[in-house]
Amino acid sequence: MSGRPGILFFLGVGLIVLFAGFPFYYAVVSSFKSGSDLFEVTYLPMFDLANYRAVFTEQPFGRNILNSVVVALAVVVLSLLLGLLAAYALARVSFRGRGLLLATILSVSMFPQVAVLTGMFEMIRAFGLYNSLPGLIVANMVLTLPFTVWVLTTFMADLPRELEEAAFVDGATPFQVVRLVFLPLMGPAMAATGLLAFIVAWNEFLFALTFTLTNDMRTVPVAIALITGATQYELPWGNIMAASVIVTAPLILLVLVFQRRIVAGLTAGAVKG
Amino acid sequence: MVQARIGLAKSGLAKSGLASQKVRAALWFLAPMVLALALAAGWPLGRTLYYAFTDATLSDMADHGFVGFDNFWNPEWGGLFGDAKWWRAVGNTLVFTGASVGLETVFGILIALVLNRPFRGRGLVRAAVLIPWAIPTIVSAKMWGWMLHDQFGVINDMLLGLGLIEAPIAWMANSATALGAVIAVDVWKTTPFMALLVLAALQTLPGDIYEAARIDGVSRLRVFFRITLPLIRPALMVAVIFRGLDALRAFDLMYVMAANNADTMTVSVFARQQLVDFQDVGYGSAAAALLFVLVAVMTAVVLTLGRVRMGAAR
Repeated sequence: MSGRPGILFFLGVGLIVLFAGFPFYYAVVSSFKSGSDLFEVTYLPMFDLANYRAVFTEQPFGRNILNSVVVALAVVVLSLLLGLLAAYALARVSFRGRGLLLATILSVSMFPQVAVLTGMFEMIRAFGLYNSLPGLIVANMVLTLPFTVWVLTTFMADLPRELEEAAFVDGATPFQVVRLVFLPLMGPAMAATGLLAFIVAWNEFLFALTFTLTNDMRTVPVAIALITGATQYELPWGNIMAASVIVTAPLILLVLVFQRRIVAGLTAGAVKG
Repeated sequence: MVQARIGLAKSGLAKSGLASQKVRAALWFLAPMVLALALAAGWPLGRTLYYAFTDATLSDMADHGFVGFDNFWNPEWGGLFGDAKWWRAVGNTLVFTGASVGLETVFGILIALVLNRPFRGRGLVRAAVLIPWAIPTIVSAKMWGWMLHDQFGVINDMLLGLGLIEAPIAWMANSATALGAVIAVDVWKTTPFMALLVLAALQTLPGDIYEAARIDGVSRLRVFFRITLPLIRPALMVAVIFRGLDALRAFDLMYVMAANNADTMTVSVFARQQLVDFQDVGYGSAAAALLFVLVAVMTAVVLTLGRVRMGAAR
């Protein structure tokens, strides 16, 4: 607040950036090293793509990425669709039980995942969805839907009332109001929420680990966690680092590009909650 | 809610017709979401709670008997309350939650204070701080697992180079350091979240108070503890509570870094091990149910305490 930042201040800034960025940098460096190079600590990159090739040839990693994309996109679309409709009702209409419903939704987002594991397992097997992507999509909704509804509701509550009233005066139905008035205005909020939901579904591990069985049905996090070498004590670290870089680089890019939106979504979900 | 009522009362339309049309539409709009949550959360949760009182096994869940509270406590084999491994998991979970949320709060505030000062390249630094948050937990666990490798790890290499240790440390294999290592990785991963929330709170603070304090020559440390901290406390509390509830259910990080190692096993890892690896659905569900009850009670307390404040803010 006062005075110009000094040397010490920038030293602190440097330390923060180093601390935040070094592990990923080191993963990149390691991912380009193969064979015995890997077992010698170096801090500068070289460029050997052997690990990247190995990741795709030694397991169905392309398929795993596709699985993750399909699951995450389906979860995002479903969450946003259900969330937008619900958010209109929760933010714009006063009805009895609204507060209770909001509180319930918020508490679902606090559920320990493991608490629904038994019941979800039973349900997924009953519907024949074990070891399938639809099973994972259903399971992931527990994680994304509550906060999608919550964040969209807070955003929707902030929009001016006059817009909606004009449409109603012109004889629009509530569904038309949501589709024609709110949907365009909610663009930024939907982008932020959708991005958060995508990241949550992309990163989800416990359900994907428990509800899939075969290599070709696994999502990326499970695939990475289960990459094994010849023995348990000989993990192919080069491959693991290459796989890690492949799935993380797009996320980091997204975060850097949409930084402002993400922060807005995160703080709307938490600070206002 | 108040706003909605005022809005309805103000405009001079045929209110009752429109209002009831809107309420009817609202119920239809809510139905799919409520149905989805009931299907994906409510029903499975109910079944988990039910199975906690049975002796079901994973191979055939339908074939089970009702055993009352035996999974929680019984004189023969003890149940959860007589299981040392369970209590170890509870202890690990509490230590993990307390230590990681505590450290994150301190580091989060420090980083937020730095980012709250205008300087060249601030946007870039803020983006860099978000990197750990964007990295999937599984990937963080693997990256740090490699960095903490006992023979080839970069952490040991750095510490040896700086002369801080004399021999490489087997971080994850040593029961004195395993939980600490997991906590450190969690702090690295989630401090950005805390820093951003604190930063958002800091940016709402009025500048004139600081101006006044500066003119009065109040020391910076005093300004922080007497002005800044009390002002951001509500936002900080929300962030701490959210993170605390999140940490209580932690699974991914310790599972990938140390699998079912007892040194780092949390309640979630314990429950899944019973449920999937040991196929003991009854016992695993009982453990999951206890975790749920703990989190639910804490959420209820927080929501009740928070309602007053939320009501006032609207």
